[in-house]
Amino acid sequence: MSALFHALFARGLFSNPAVHTAAIVGALAAISASVAGVFTVMRGQSFAGHALGDLGAAGGSAAALLGISPLVGFVGIGAVAAVAMSTLGSHGRRDRDVATGVVLGAGLGVTGLLLYLDTTHSSTTGAAVSVMFGSMFAVAPSTLPAVVAATGFLALCLGALYRPLLLSSVMSELAAVQGVRVALVEASFLGVLVVAVALSALTVGAVLATALLIGPAATAIRLARSPGTAILVAAAIGVGSTWMAIILAYDSYYWSASHSGWPVSFFVVSLIFVAYLVAELLSSVGSRLATHRDPSVSRTLS
Amino acid sequence: MKRALTSGATPVLQVEELTVVLAGRVVLDKVSFALTRGSVTGLIGPNGAGKTTLLRAILGFERPRSGAVRHLGIAKRATARIGYVPQKVAFDPDLPLRARDLVGLGLDGSHLGFALPSRRRRTLIEAALEAVGASGFADKRVGRLSGGEQQRVLIAHAVIRHPELLLLDEPLANLDLRSEREIVDLVAGLARERKIAALVSTHDVNPLLGAMDNVIYLARGRAASGGVDEVITTEVLSSLYGRHVDVLRVHGRFVVSAASGDLLVDASTTSQAEPREQ
Ligand SMILES: Nc1ncnc2c1ncn2[C@@H]1O[C@H](COP(=O)(O)OP(=O)(O)O)[C@@H](O)[C@H]1O
Ligand SMILES: [Mg+2]
Repeated sequence: MSALFHALFARGLFSNPAVHTAAIVGALAAISASVAGVFTVMRGQSFAGHALGDLGAAGGSAAALLGISPLVGFVGIGAVAAVAMSTLGSHGRRDRDVATGVVLGAGLGVTGLLLYLDTTHSSTTGAAVSVMFGSMFAVAPSTLPAVVAATGFLALCLGALYRPLLLSSVMSELAAVQGVRVALVEASFLGVLVVAVALSALTVGAVLATALLIGPAATAIRLARSPGTAILVAAAIGVGSTWMAIILAYDSYYWSASHSGWPVSFFVVSLIFVAYLVAELLSSVGSRLATHRDPSVSRTLS
Repeated sequence: MKRALTSGATPVLQVEELTVVLAGRVVLDKVSFALTRGSVTGLIGPNGAGKTTLLRAILGFERPRSGAVRHLGIAKRATARIGYVPQKVAFDPDLPLRARDLVGLGLDGSHLGFALPSRRRRTLIEAALEAVGASGFADKRVGRLSGGEQQRVLIAHAVIRHPELLLLDEPLANLDLRSEREIVDLVAGLARERKIAALVSTHDVNPLLGAMDNVIYLARGRAASGGVDEVITTEVLSSLYGRHVDVLRVHGRFVVSAASGDLLVDASTTSQAEPREQ
């Protein structure tokens, strides 16, 4: 038992300040992304979430060039992209996806340029890699207040908008009939999405931000029948994967003689994927059992 | 012809000379009718006749070029007073939303914040589910219910706040004959018991026969309204369609057929022949 404890929680894990910061920032980002992710998946806006993540790389690399907090870069570029996407694509889902794709294409061009400048400017690939794939142990403790504020903002927005947002995500016409100002709710949610993706990009990187946004939410939606449960399960999967990943990444430092640890992001994304596969397995076994138990179904089958 | 619709108490809904133009096309051309409490009115017309457009104009989603929509005499949309079931609702099977959650959103979905669990809220939701016969699948995800079950839940969502007007857009599409009958009876029962004016759109007049008090027939943007036997006639429909159509009554069912015989302007002859999937 104690051998297992020591194998899992390697020396210095609990006393390392970088681990502390990573655990707190990682958990807040995971909760924000996973909860926003549930609405994103329900609304069919996964592509927009993905695009905001990818475009975050432009903001992150610009922030690296200017020497400012990457969070500012992620939120700034996200806000610009969100405004562009909603102005261009305001005529239904297909139109929205096309506009997202167009903005994504244009933004990635800028990203390419900025990442190139980052690499040549600092003559290492470090900044570029950490913008794209994150480096959780390198998150500066000074970003903590901003991360707490951003998470609080999300909690306030999603808490206040919960029912109108849920109703307009299920069916915007039903919401409009009940007097919900659907356009306002949609715009507010896009703002929430920008902040959630920015937090996610800060921890697992711009490219992998979408995994933290969509993965836990998709898994929770497979498992949960009600929106409240889906949100709780998504948050639990997000935080669980992040904390487990921090432990494994810290351990991985001791795995090889050369002491080159593996990045936290790799473990986060892998664990989220494993959780998804397990949920998929559980729900298919569950529905098979239900089919066997339901006499009306077996009668029509036979 | 309008007499049957306007007689009685203050109409719940008055549509006066309503003209709606979409993308440069006159979709509704001076449509007028009125609905009274406790009545079921069929909104009949072939695909593209403008049924959905009319319902959306009543809801205030489409701005009329001219004419007026009055709710209880007031030319303004009073949201609490309208229950609405849209056409073709496609719920994802995995959508994490139980039937009871959707009905709860009908009660207070426009309010800010979370719904605090209360005995009163629960009782109202249970009562609405009970009224439409949905108690048995209240805890299932809406996306995994059959078409008929989904219609029941959507109707519960629409009537939980006791509206005076209930608009249903093609609620019988994709239903088998039995579910079709059950939904028609449910809507007629709710309209009578709760004194709701129900407006039910369908491309086929037959499922509503016996349950509806009045009919509004839409074709080429124009409407004829009144009692079923006044409107569904060779003369009235020929004038609406602008060419000769024959209205036949076979075993109590209407068959509307173009004179040339090659074009059915109403699906009623074919739709009942083959069993439809859930
Ligand atoms: N948003 C729109 N823009 C332009 N034309 C429309 C729009 N919506 C519907 N129409 C047209 O208006 C007519 C009536 O449509 P609709 O009300 O959906 O008919 P129904 O519900 O009776 O099938 C159709 O010819 C349709 O093509
Ligand atoms: Mg329609």
